[in-house]
Amino acid sequence: MAFISVENLKTGYETEKGIVQAVDDVSFSLENGESIGIAGESACGKSTLGLSIMRIVPDVSITSGDITLEGKSILKMPKSEFAKNVRWKDVSMVFQGAMNSLDPVFTVEEQFVEVLKQHRYDGDYKQKISEIVNSVGLTQDVLKKYPHELSGGMKQRIVIAMALLLKPKFVIADEPTTALDVLVQAQIINLLKKMKKEGMSIMLITHDLAIISEVAEKIGIMYAGKMIEFGSAAEIYKNPKHPYTQALLKSIPRLRGDKVTNYIKGNPPSLMHPPQGCRFYDRCPQAMEKCKKDVPKFKTDSGYVSCWLYE
Amino acid sequence: MNEILLVQNLTKHFAKKGIFSSSGTVVKAVDDVSFSLKKGEVLVLAGESGSGKSTTARLILRAIEPDSGRIVFDGIEIGNDNKSLEKIRMQCQMIHQDPYASINPRMKISDIIMEPLEIHKIGTKEERKKMVLDALHEVKLEPAEDVFNKFPHMLSGGQRQRVVLARALVLKPKLIIADEPVSMLDVSIRAEVLELMRELQQKHDISYIYITHDLSTARYLGQNISIMYLGKIVESGPIDEVLLHPRHPYTQALLDAISEPEPDNLLKEKKIRINEPLDIDVYQGCRFRARCPYAIEKCNEEPPLEQTGQDRLAACFVKLD
Repeated sequence: MAFISVENLKTGYETEKGIVQAVDDVSFSLENGESIGIAGESACGKSTLGLSIMRIVPDVSITSGDITLEGKSILKMPKSEFAKNVRWKDVSMVFQGAMNSLDPVFTVEEQFVEVLKQHRYDGDYKQKISEIVNSVGLTQDVLKKYPHELSGGMKQRIVIAMALLLKPKFVIADEPTTALDVLVQAQIINLLKKMKKEGMSIMLITHDLAIISEVAEKIGIMYAGKMIEFGSAAEIYKNPKHPYTQALLKSIPRLRGDKVTNYIKGNPPSLMHPPQGCRFYDRCPQAMEKCKKDVPKFKTDSGYVSCWLYE
Repeated sequence: MNEILLVQNLTKHFAKKGIFSSSGTVVKAVDDVSFSLKKGEVLVLAGESGSGKSTTARLILRAIEPDSGRIVFDGIEIGNDNKSLEKIRMQCQMIHQDPYASINPRMKISDIIMEPLEIHKIGTKEERKKMVLDALHEVKLEPAEDVFNKFPHMLSGGQRQRVVLARALVLKPKLIIADEPVSMLDVSIRAEVLELMRELQQKHDISYIYITHDLSTARYLGQNISIMYLGKIVESGPIDEVLLHPRHPYTQALLDAISEPEPDNLLKEKKIRINEPLDIDVYQGCRFRARCPYAIEKCNEEPPLEQTGQDRLAACFVKLD
């Protein structure tokens, strides 16, 4: 039985001009102890995928598909039950832009207490909070401070600590290192590694494939709402199949070796009226006539790829 | 004359004062910094937040007044007289980090790029229009005639950053100071903006000061690098040599922190050769010593920035090999 599995998930936002299909038929699954990295450009739907798993998008947005955690559907249960038993207890999230997701008028401690109260925690609040603050490498004196008194890296740790407070099994981290200094970034990566050792599964959402390589066993590459390739980290880094994955890997500036990097020309298509067939068609160097037809998923060694080249 | 910019002993201290207390502490944002930049050269200023990189940039443009030190731009010493200020503010342009904040959302792209021409009273209305279109072609925002009448919200992050670049280019600058120009952009389009910057540099012989904390993009664009820590340059030299054989422990720590897309990373802890940051700024002796794993007794004295090889300088008593 898979630990978590997402099947044919579709999430769209209704706007005045029509529906923006941010997540379009996305599937993946993880075994126990595995973590996943979701990579893709801005507006490819990677954050919406995270929000859908947390069920903090409007209910009507998720039009089809299923999400199961340890064999139990967490999408089909009533929202109240999800809020009571799953959200923050089994699945939690570190939101993008930690700097801004803390409330400026409350001390850090008050914000921790709020989470515990909300979930009717019946142990010793003080002890619980001090434990969790230690585990992310902060000292107790941060608890009495207001967010503006802390540096970006400290705030990021606090937001992570908050997500860990109720010992969830699955933590979604949305761009946890973006906008931080490199040294602080490295500390956050080590913190994520430590969480994994303690038995947590992580879903790391980022546009930076270099950071994913530090924590994820599995990788899903998203493009214009679709997950176009999914597989083990080893396979994706060593033998990327989809031309988009290949291009994405080539665009990363490296510290050693070749200086020449390539970039992907053009822009991704609008998610309001996406084109028929492969969505990467206009930017793909290997596009063929066939690519105008909708692409099924073709099996690879460790996952799948949506590209006619691997028919 | 080969040098476009010469910075000597530049110093800027800020007084940090509490609202209620009269005594404050001093933040030495830039402390005795010297460097020079040749025509057509790209110099990278690297370091963490608070290392004084951006303050240095603002001092060069005289957005803030230096406490002491000399800045010579294109043979003219920059002082407070109108003539030298006008020169540096016209021929030295700045690109800021966040393309969502650095252009006015209520102005059309054409007006954004035309504004510097109006300020410096260059050309007639018709000529200005042509110059704006040329700049748009130059940064490859095509079709330029369409982009001309658009508003910023209609453009993506990468396109906005190219508008910022066009606005800098329209005055035909000799030096562009780019403060983290790609850190807000997606990895996939970073290379595109950097490539464009490099093309323009070669075509127009523009010099750049590229400010960043990301050493992997630094290597892509730069020829020389200066690493800053708490207001001081701690190491400088040709970029490939500094990055492949760092002499200062701080440079080494910055390099340790970078992740490369390798699946083997998964199995190992990320080792950064640095002690936990103590949040106290040390201004006596070597400023890095509290975090330095190699610190020795002698580090209580201030290490001078000394030559350690061909074109290479480092301020460290230990000096790594």
